[in-house]
Amino acid sequence: MKAKKTNELKLTLPALSANESAARAIVGAFCAQLDPTVEEIADLKCAVSEAVTNCIVHAYGGEGGIIYISVSLFDDRSITVTIRDRGCGIADVPLARQPLFTTNTDGERSGMGFSVMETFTDRLTVRSRIGEGTRVTMKKCLS
Amino acid sequence: MTKETLFVDLAVKEDVLHAALSGEIDHHSAGAAREKIDAALFKYRPAAFSFDLSNVAFMDSSGLGLILGRVALCEEMGIAVRLLHPSPRVRKIFAVAGVDRIKNLTIEA
Repeated sequence: MKAKKTNELKLTLPALSANESAARAIVGAFCAQLDPTVEEIADLKCAVSEAVTNCIVHAYGGEGGIIYISVSLFDDRSITVTIRDRGCGIADVPLARQPLFTTNTDGERSGMGFSVMETFTDRLTVRSRIGEGTRVTMKKCLS
Repeated sequence: MTKETLFVDLAVKEDVLHAALSGEIDHHSAGAAREKIDAALFKYRPAAFSFDLSNVAFMDSSGLGLILGRVALCEEMGIAVRLLHPSPRVRKIFAVAGVDRIKNLTIEA
């Protein structure tokens, strides 16, 4: 039987690095109503941080833009977080998702963003179109 | 001027540069921390560098980039690196990247 959505948050934030912490805190605060464990919420906040950072650093190349975040809560205690941008898009999504792959050249980005998202959530889908943007959807099933 | 979310305390003792990080290591805070630590590494050129992570409240892969970038720099400079007191959360991020399998890198509980 399909889970029923019980609550939803939609949020837009400018793609500023100062908003990374806020995005984590807001998503975490909204999901608190499902009474997650400390570990579950920490995992989700970290995954959100990765996706938001990708928007800021890669999608908009540090030039700014808007990040669209939506969080849906379901009656089976699952959470879906969608983080979307209208940035440059990803040319090769499977390649981008490979551990250690990064388009960064200054040696400071670990290339582990998608790996962290995958490890800390139960399902990750990435859809992207060059020149149009990217949508990252994460599902976390709480215990 | 926004509130600082990551503090880096540096001290040099007996040819060891100690860096204690407290707060959140994310993309926003990593850049300034990197500059401060690298400046000290180049200024003092210590024999060893210890990175105290006991007060790191949050870290994502940008934090990994900060740490691994410093590890790489120290390797280039011939400086021994120790990562101290990573929390279970930090260890979890390390595990994703296989940090515990890096040669010549000491991680102390």
